[in-house]
Parts: sequence; structure tokens; C-alpha cells
Amino acid sequence: MIEAHGLTRRYGGRTAVDGLTFTVRPGIVTGFLGPNGAGKSTTMRMILGLDRPSAGSVTVNGRPYAQHCAPLREVGALLEATAFHAGRSAFDHLHALAATHGIPRRRVAEVLDQVGLGEVAHRRAGGLSLGMGQRLGIAAMLLGDPRTLLLDEPVNGLDPEGIVWIRNLMKGMAATGRTVFVSSHLLGEMAQTAERLIVVSRGTLIADTSVAEFLQRASPARVQVRTPQAARFSELLAGPGVTIVKLADDRLDVGGLTSDQIGQAATHHSITLLELSVHHPSLEEAFMGLTS
Amino acid sequence: MTTANGVTQLRVLTAEWIKLRSLRSTRWTLAIAAVSMVGLGMLLSWSFANRISDGRSQAGAGLVTVPVRGGIIAQLVIGVLGVLIVSGEYSSGTIRASLAAVPRRLPMLWAKAAVFGTTVLATMTTASFVAFFAGEEIMHRSPAHVSASLSTPGALRVVIGIGLYLTLVALFAVAVATIVRATAAAIAVVAGVLLVLPTLVSLLPPDLLGTDIARYLPSNAGAALLQAGPQTDMLTPWTGFVLFGLYVAFTMLLAARLLQRRDV
Repeated sequence: MIEAHGLTRRYGGRTAVDGLTFTVRPGIVTGFLGPNGAGKSTTMRMILGLDRPSAGSVTVNGRPYAQHCAPLREVGALLEATAFHAGRSAFDHLHALAATHGIPRRRVAEVLDQVGLGEVAHRRAGGLSLGMGQRLGIAAMLLGDPRTLLLDEPVNGLDPEGIVWIRNLMKGMAATGRTVFVSSHLLGEMAQTAERLIVVSRGTLIADTSVAEFLQRASPARVQVRTPQAARFSELLAGPGVTIVKLADDRLDVGGLTSDQIGQAATHHSITLLELSVHHPSLEEAFMGLTS
Repeated sequence: MTTANGVTQLRVLTAEWIKLRSLRSTRWTLAIAAVSMVGLGMLLSWSFANRISDGRSQAGAGLVTVPVRGGIIAQLVIGVLGVLIVSGEYSSGTIRASLAAVPRRLPMLWAKAAVFGTTVLATMTTASFVAFFAGEEIMHRSPAHVSASLSTPGALRVVIGIGLYLTLVALFAVAVATIVRATAAAIAVVAGVLLVLPTLVSLLPPDLLGTDIARYLPSNAGAALLQAGPQTDMLTPWTGFVLFGLYVAFTMLLAARLLQRRDV
């Protein structure tokens, strides 16, 4: 459980995060969505106590992160791919982190095996590929078997196999009752993974909803109509709340009416329909609709 | 949430010890500091003994101090290493993982300082004794046939003092790097304060307080502990060393304050 209240961060005159209030619940994957520079990473760093809020507060599992006496057992975080020293082995990197909490060596070996780095555990981490580095970050995240997981743009640098793997990992973690909070600027990625969305733009909250509701609210479906009598049909359909865009001589794009209503109207007025198709907006379009 | 699983200062010390010994570059750099100190001491001892036998130098206090004079080179190496163990965390991004594990932050700084300080104290005190005995042996076997021993007045203080002085240099470097965070800038500050500042001040005309200021500079104050025989232009050994310690403590407190307040 993550709870933010009026979380704000200013850098000089610029407000990176502006009064964010949201709750991330356990048991599901919650997506943290917004374009690059929307304040997602700053928010994540504030959750971890790495950046100080200018105003407001954020708690994890009931208290500020820094006040937990075993923070790695409360929250595991994947912030950046390269949060390790190139000259140190993956094992030593994790071993040092584990030592701060008295986490035993065998747990270090366990998480390295879990992320598939068992064989390169004792090599210099500088030689790891981008994807392997990301896996090392995930191993660090899992180290304390935390109740809450925080992932900042986790699919960056992963190959398709790795992307599927981390999606399944996040879903699996949520299924065991953990809180999973994952940021991304890739809307399609969120649709694959998240159940709920917290959407930010320029530091402010613009939606806190389910993925389906978000799509619905942001930009309802439009209907494309192809008919030889486009001009006349356009006049017949016109009414309050209805928007009609003429795409071509025989093609209309209708908003504010369902395909059922349009089909019935066509029958009623003896209009020949060549095509009637419902166009669901993509997440990208939904997002543009909300933020512009 | 039991303390059995929690973060303690002792556990953070263990973690910092793992970090320190798991970097090959750290082990090599420390070895270079120790070996160069001994090697340079032997070379200087040989050259000093030759000058005495030629009648170009008086034995005097040099009998005690020359064998351990390699500490001057070692302080640069120790200073750079002290910077790197902190600035390396910032440049690699490890600092975020480190502070996410120890969000109260200060235990990490204390642990870094304690682990690195103790390592430098142990390594360089050993190197100092080895350099002393090796240098005295060289001078003893030279045509001049002179040498000092640990029972020579001031000798034990000087030999132990090298380890203590370099430990303070190590802590100073850790503190400066915590304040400055960038490797190159931190090395410049450490070298500037310890080596360049005394040189600059020595260029001041003596009637413009040059010598008066010089003796209170951090490295000059600390180096008072490393002198044998009467000194006119330096503080007394332990007064100087305590003053150097105060400079380092002040820098460390500033580092602690900034570490607590800043974003990472």
C-alpha cells in the first residue's frame, strides 16, 4: 500500500510534481502513466525517500519509507538499470545490500538464480549487457522479499523474452497480494500489465482509474460510416452532442452516437450503408485526448 | 517488523566492508600506497645516507624521518582512494541502492568512514613500520653507518604518526567526496587543500604572515606530528595533529549535514 497526500516537488521555479494524491492498493498491478518528464521518476524517488518532497507526504505500508527499520523488506525498487558499480560482481553488489538487513548469503544466490544471473554472478558487473543489468536491478528489488514493489520503466533495455518475463513477474507478485507500482510512458505496455492506472501529466494527476474506464472516459468510441449518400446522412444524423467529420465524399466519422443508433437511422431514412465500423481509440489517443 | 531483520549500524559496517574489499581497484590502490611508501622510503634513505657519508648532510632528525617520508606520496594515493569509494557510488548510481537500503543515510557515511579509516590505519601503520626498519637498515649498512631506532626520541611518534596522519587524510577525502560528489572535483579539492594550499601560502612574503598562516593549514598542522627534533615554523606535534583532526571533523560534519538534506 502506497499513499500519497498532496505530494509536491519543486526545483527552483519549476514544479515537477504538483499536489499528487493517490493510493496504490495491494493485490493488483497499478500503472503509473505519463509522458517523459511528467514527474513519475521524481515521485518514485520521493516514495523511497531519495528526494525530499517540497510539500505533502507519502507513506509505504503505513509510514514514511525512511522510518521503516527494515526498508528492503517493505519495499523493493527498480529505479535504474545501472545502480551498481561496474567493478563489483553481481553477487558482491547484492551481498553488500543484503548485509545491511542481515539477509543471508543464500538469499543472494537465490534471487540471482531467480533472475537468471546465477552463472555470471561472480563476474564483474561492468561486463553485463543492458538486459542483464536490468535483471540485476530486479534481483536487488526482490532481495528482501518485500511486500511492495516499485518499478520505474522496467522494460527499458529488455529483450522481448525479458519483457514477457517481467510482466509475468509483476502479475505473479500482485497475485500473491503484494502491491506493485510500475511506471511507464508506454501506454500499450501498461494495457498489457496494469489493472489500474494513475495517470500524470506535467506533475499533476489527471486520472486514477481502471484501464477500461480510462479509455472510456478519455475518448469514447467513434463510428466510421461509408455511404454514397454521405452529405444527406450527415444532415440527418446532426443533433446535440453529435460530432460529424467528413473524411471523404463517401465517408463520415461520427461521435456521440452508437453504431446501433446509426444503423437504425440509416434504415429509417433508407440510406444505403456500405460500411459501419466502431473505432476504439488506442491508449495513445486516449492519453492525448486527456492531456491536450 | 523485528529488529532481527532490521538495519543496524553494525550491519551497515559489514555492508561497507563487503563493498570496500569487493573492488579489485581498491585492493590494488591500497597495495600501491603501501608499497610506494616503503619503496620511496628505502630510496630516500639510501640517498640520505650517501649525502651524510659525503659530508653534505647532517644526520640529525633526518635519521628518523627520512625512511617514512614516502608517506607524502601515499597521502595522494589514499586521498584519491578515499574520494573514489564515495564518488564511485554517485557516478555509478549505486548510491541510490545504498541509500534505499539505509534510508537514514548517516549510518552509511559513518560506516564508510570507519571501514576505510580502519583499513588505512592498519595498512599504512604496517607500511610505516616496514619503511622505518628497511630505511634504518639501509642507512646502517651504508658507508655512513648511521641509524636510528624506535627508542630514538620522537621516532615511535613519527612512525605511528604516519598511520594516524594518513587515516585523517582518508577521512578528509571521504568527507570531501560526500560534499562534492563528483570524482574529479573532489580529487582537486583534496589535493588542493593538502598539497597546493601550503605551497601557495609559502609563496607569501614572510612579513605578510606567510609562516604564521602556513603552520595552521590542515596538512601542515597534521604534518607536525611527523617531525623529529626542534621545529620553529610548525605547531607542536600533538597540537598540530589535533588541529588537523578538527579540520577533518568539521568537514565530516558538513558532509553529514549535506548527505541528510540533499536529494540523490
